[in-house]
Amino acid sequence: MKKRRPKSLVLFGNGINCEYETAHAHRVAGFDPELLHINLLLKKPEKINEYTFITLPGGFLDGDDLGAAKAQAIKWKYYIISDSGRTFIDELVDFVARGNIILGVCNGFQLLVKTGLLPGIGGIYGKQSVTLTFNDSGKFEDRWVYLKVNKFSHCIFTQNIDTIYLPVRHGEGKFMMNGLETATALKQGYTVMQYAYESGDIASEYPYNPNGSVESIAGICDVTGRIFGLMPHPEAFVHHTQHPQWTRKKLPREGDGLKIFKNAFRYVRENL
Amino acid sequence: MAHRIEVACKDGVRDVPGKKLKKRIKTDFGIDVEAVHVVDVYTIDKELKKEILDVLQNDTFPDPLIQKAFVDRPAPMKGDWAIEVSFKPGVTDNVGRTAKEVIESLSLQPFREDEAVYTSRMYFLKGGLTEQNIITIAEGMLANTLIQRYIYKRKEEYEQDGGMGMYIPKVEISEEPVVETFPLNTGLEEMMKINRERTWALSPEELMVIQKYFLRKDVIKRREKAGLGPSPTDVEMEAIAQTWSEHCKHKIFNAIIEYEEDGKKERIDSLFKTYIVGSTERIRKNKGKKDFCLSVFKDNAGIIRFNKGYNLAFKVETHNTPSALDPYGGALTGIVGVNRDPFGTGKGAKLIFNTDVFCFAYPDYKGGVPPRLFHPKRVLEGVREGVEHGGNKSGIPTINGSLVFDEGYLGKPLVYCGTCGIMPRKIHGKPTHTKQAKVGDAIIMVGGRIGKDGIHGATFSSEELSEVSPTSAVQIGDPITQKRMTDFLLLARDRNLYNSITDNGAGGLSSSVGEMAQDTGGSILHLDRAPLKYQGLSPWEILLSEAQERMTVAVSKDKVSQFLELSEKMQVLSTVLGEFTDSGMFHILYKGKTVAYLDMDFLHKGLPGMRLKAKWERHIHDEKPVEEPENYTETLLSLLKRWNVCSKEYVVRQYDHEVQGGSVVKPLTGKLNNGPSDAGVIRPCLENPEAVVVSHGICPKYSRFDTYHMVACAIDEAIRNNIATGGTLKRMALLDNFCWSDPVFSEKNPEGYYKLAQLVRANRALFDFTTLFGTPCISGKDSMKNDYIFNEIKISIPQTVLISAISVIKNTDRIVTMDFKEHSNFIIVIGTTYPELGGSEYMSLYGRHGNIPPKVRGRVAKDIYRCMEKAVTTGIIRSCHDISDGGLGCCLAESAFGGGYGIDISLSSVPKLSIFRDDILLFSESQSRFIVSIRKKDLPQFTSIFHAIPYGIIGTTRKDGRFIIKGMNNNVIIDTEIGLLLDAWQAPFKEHFNA
Repeated sequence: MKKRRPKSLVLFGNGINCEYETAHAHRVAGFDPELLHINLLLKKPEKINEYTFITLPGGFLDGDDLGAAKAQAIKWKYYIISDSGRTFIDELVDFVARGNIILGVCNGFQLLVKTGLLPGIGGIYGKQSVTLTFNDSGKFEDRWVYLKVNKFSHCIFTQNIDTIYLPVRHGEGKFMMNGLETATALKQGYTVMQYAYESGDIASEYPYNPNGSVESIAGICDVTGRIFGLMPHPEAFVHHTQHPQWTRKKLPREGDGLKIFKNAFRYVRENL
Repeated sequence: MAHRIEVACKDGVRDVPGKKLKKRIKTDFGIDVEAVHVVDVYTIDKELKKEILDVLQNDTFPDPLIQKAFVDRPAPMKGDWAIEVSFKPGVTDNVGRTAKEVIESLSLQPFREDEAVYTSRMYFLKGGLTEQNIITIAEGMLANTLIQRYIYKRKEEYEQDGGMGMYIPKVEISEEPVVETFPLNTGLEEMMKINRERTWALSPEELMVIQKYFLRKDVIKRREKAGLGPSPTDVEMEAIAQTWSEHCKHKIFNAIIEYEEDGKKERIDSLFKTYIVGSTERIRKNKGKKDFCLSVFKDNAGIIRFNKGYNLAFKVETHNTPSALDPYGGALTGIVGVNRDPFGTGKGAKLIFNTDVFCFAYPDYKGGVPPRLFHPKRVLEGVREGVEHGGNKSGIPTINGSLVFDEGYLGKPLVYCGTCGIMPRKIHGKPTHTKQAKVGDAIIMVGGRIGKDGIHGATFSSEELSEVSPTSAVQIGDPITQKRMTDFLLLARDRNLYNSITDNGAGGLSSSVGEMAQDTGGSILHLDRAPLKYQGLSPWEILLSEAQERMTVAVSKDKVSQFLELSEKMQVLSTVLGEFTDSGMFHILYKGKTVAYLDMDFLHKGLPGMRLKAKWERHIHDEKPVEEPENYTETLLSLLKRWNVCSKEYVVRQYDHEVQGGSVVKPLTGKLNNGPSDAGVIRPCLENPEAVVVSHGICPKYSRFDTYHMVACAIDEAIRNNIATGGTLKRMALLDNFCWSDPVFSEKNPEGYYKLAQLVRANRALFDFTTLFGTPCISGKDSMKNDYIFNEIKISIPQTVLISAISVIKNTDRIVTMDFKEHSNFIIVIGTTYPELGGSEYMSLYGRHGNIPPKVRGRVAKDIYRCMEKAVTTGIIRSCHDISDGGLGCCLAESAFGGGYGIDISLSSVPKLSIFRDDILLFSESQSRFIVSIRKKDLPQFTSIFHAIPYGIIGTTRKDGRFIIKGMNNNVIIDTEIGLLLDAWQAPFKEHFNA
């Protein structure tokens, strides 16, 4: 008997704008994705219990008007869900504690960082300890970058991936951190991927490191490896014709980005 | 009490916006600044509790890692001068709105209507700067004094005063809104005076027709019953002026024209009907069952079939005058405004891509800039950023576009913004390309609130720009409010919650309700129910306001509550303003009293037709021919550096061109992702293989010779780019966008007859070539007054037509890009080169016109395009690039550095006619030509397809980067490296924009 596809959640609304291709990537990887408006979810946070995998897609939440994803992060941190005395962050922490997984891409990554869900060092969430801010170039840019995956990372989304090629499309993607504890943790498994040259060597110079990120960090995870955020867009490279040079190269039909969603699928299948 | 919160970078943190400004101040003004620091300021005009202020200070406004906030005390001065730039009252403040929403969600206390958050920006500048330097920087870069206020202080002053001080740009209108009436028995002179004062832009003839209407006995009687006197109200006059404006009615395109050419006279009854509608009708008839058009020229965008399940709606608009006055706001509004066109077409379409074409004067322009105008570089930066924010924040990929430069655009930049949408062919069993409001349907306005912004946009864009142009015509778009609205309305569409939809653009509610009311034959509209940004708007202002982000929908009575409920959930403002009726009247009330009562028939059909004269004359530019260059390599490098040829990567990269995931061919392509694609390709349904190929053609430089050839070349270029990338003629549709300098003769416009003749010639070419290629125009727009007049200065744009092309292909297998793919491939030129240097980049390099512009030899061109289509489907075409600005030479360079392969070619085998000099052959801009590369083994197949077409195998691609061109006599005329060609091509933007 064919197994039912696991239900996954893709948020949209309030300026999120990659929900369509993100849901497509979910589907191709094996999930049965549902699109839900961010406001409706905040009204009924218990809805997340219907899913095992949540993606916070890219976009411009609230126009990034107070800094990338900032306005929404404040709502998630301070808005008390009726009567329960809990915030939406509390709900998400519980969601992950139950073994479920969360992916934040670009604006979704910025949201995870500014709500303090990432890096969540030592399992402490809710206080911002790293940030994503203006690219050193001072510009929003759409360009493709090579990424090297940290093979020592415990992130469940990047298992068996070495290097991948994906687009970045942001103006505020420069990764910065504070404090020794954070730096040490990131030196270990919290760093998931770094900007690199085509060879796979870590790159610190522009445009290979497109935003001036410290340690060329492009993506990080939390202590469990089940919350993962990255600036590049894995959902933008699912099909070979999305590659900027597909007319020059012989490429497999499946794009590099799909691997991340397939890892999520495998994890859910095997563990949940 | 109001609070002021200032947010500054922490010490030791890189101030990115500050660093960027420092560089720009140096490149733009040559002023050396030691350091610039940027401080964001939030002025909260509301009493707040300490706990809330603490959260705002510690967590909300600053990024706690890198910034620090100062509440009700000034940020420490880090320079010698401080400049603060704030919005003037009533200007859209998007960040302020978001800040307000956040504070509301924190404090759980809604803001009262007179409370708000205002944002401003403070700049600390360090270095030995004079007061004049500060003013130059403030006015030349930081503030647009039309919509912003700036103040500056020296360090000592700043510290003595305790900072910049509080400024609350609240709109305060103390007058009670009144409705004025205008007696019509005052004589024409007095009427014309009021007409001018109120920017109605009505002609004397039109005023007479209006007078006659209001003097009709039956009209007087009906108005009496409705509670109105015999004189029209301001609401009525404004509604008529807007409905009858050039912008809305296209009077010139619909005029009866007496046309004279070479002594022969003829009468043209509407250019629009004769040539534009006429050509499309003929093409559709010829196509018969293969016609793919579904809705042309009647809705906000044209609709064609895409695949079994979906249709496409495509539209391009201009937003020139607002972009001249405020480049950022004008362009932002341009893009989010055109988004609403396909969105409000048929039952509504999901937006899948944007295109943009900008025309500016040269960024390195060194002359003076007349009053009210900005330096072209500032215009470019503002427009670029406006479209960046509008497009990126809306989540719509910008997949195609270009930048065109000509000194004539100093007076008015052209900002063409286009958007395509996709809609299911049927929803709930009903076709989506039609819509109809029903009698009794509620009129619901959805989206933003109404303010004074954009009042008189429709009538004002129907006049030339001058120093006294009204500032209210400037608006700032708000992409997030619009995104929320479109997210909501697409859900409402799929749930069948409305019967009809249209956007509020030019003319605001007057236009949207007026147009929809034609479905039922009338409407009742209550203006006092409309949500306002601030109090004090007169009824006519509410009716005419072009405040952005609003759609009008017709909702059946039984679905109103469902509609409003969903709207609230998705944080979108929707308000019932009235209903559609069959009374035959456009009936408007304010606080229960009738303020306008106009016959629908008169409003929409009462406008008298215009009669105009046009006289064609040929223009020959007497000049010496250009000498053959001694150093061809230098010439080629100079051409690659020309603004119209060089890389536009600086602009392109700042636009998201792949959101939504459908990207197939990106604007930049090739080995290093930096070669210029000829067209954009996307696959809008990720589950389906069908794709859309999007391209354009624009050739204003040929207008100085003959607008007939200008349009012919634009059409050919649009089609050529499309075909080069894998598009098809069989399912290709075009859009025409005319931007003209005033073609109506008057004392102050003595060239009117000639300019109208140019318009006639342009339309004839449009008819001739669209019918020849079988590519119908499905929608378009015209903008007729692109002149700047001040005292003795008159600057007119070159007559410009943008042709946009979309074609639908079954799958992406046939897609070709412009970069050479391998070494040892044959390089082939397809199409004949003629001595056609008129308007060419080569001639412009020497400041000459050249007299012979390229002509389109339509039949041959069509054969070439058909063969090319056939060839791409076989897969033998490894690369294909269209030959345009800079001719064969620049085209070869682009394909070579795009692919990372050098070339070895000889001009001796290029197909040509009457050319005896290498420079003419290399740089002529003859139309309908391509450079392709194929594998050597595929030559027999190539030959069998192209046997009846002029082509020449001119050489091969090399393993290394050497770029060698031999002349017709087989002597080497160019021997260089592709790296040097690439450097030259990328130089201008790198040099002038710190790219």
